[in-house]
Amino acid sequence: MIVVKVQTDDFDLSAEIAQLRHSNGAVGAVVSFVGVVRDLNDGAAVSAMSLEHYPGMTEQSITTIVEQAQARWSIFDALVIHRVGDLLPLDQIVLVAVTSAHRGEAFQACEFIMDYLKTQAPFWKKEQTPTGARWVDARVTDDSAASRWTQACVENNSTIDD
Amino acid sequence: MELRILYFARLREALAVREEQVEVAASVSTIADLRAWLSARGGVWAHEFAPERQLRVAMQQQVVDADTCLVAGAELAFFPPVTGG
Repeated sequence: MIVVKVQTDDFDLSAEIAQLRHSNGAVGAVVSFVGVVRDLNDGAAVSAMSLEHYPGMTEQSITTIVEQAQARWSIFDALVIHRVGDLLPLDQIVLVAVTSAHRGEAFQACEFIMDYLKTQAPFWKKEQTPTGARWVDARVTDDSAASRWTQACVENNSTIDD
Repeated sequence: MELRILYFARLREALAVREEQVEVAASVSTIADLRAWLSARGGVWAHEFAPERQLRVAMQQQVVDADTCLVAGAELAFFPPVTGG
């Protein structure tokens, strides 16, 4: 099962993990990631952040990313909660939680979902700094992180000498 | 054809437009054509839609590339590279 929520409200990590754990007796591993608002970015103090998104496309793009994870790894359930609106330093921004029988699949799927979410899901962050508001720039490192999940082409049997 | 266009984040602020309905001639048939058509408005539009500006485009809420054909009545969206998570 895939659950994707885009909301202004905060979330309770313990409650969400407990719900995932109780849903299926075959779950041996729950892997989770929480993204948090920092008080410093790109050399400037951040006093507040706001998150804009594209209603409709946001939920669909995250669901598509999670479906890709389900196709690549043996996972049971996946939950993504992403907050929007006004946030403060130390606030939770996003939760990605994945369940599986064993930890390897869940760890990889969770990281994959986050790497793709960072480069594909239509959210935009604006932060308040001492010199005023500024839109956060996309990071090259996020694109690099996402590209490492690109699967190598399936080798065929022919060689250059054929 | 008629199109609905949405603008997000820094782009929306720069253009001072959140969304609009437009009517484009048949010669505007691809995403690239639409981008050029918007750029031709001049001023801040020419600046924001210049070829070197990094923009993403979605049609019917799916990311598309420059040579995708426009669909009549579709919802288009232009936005900067995303920064969620």
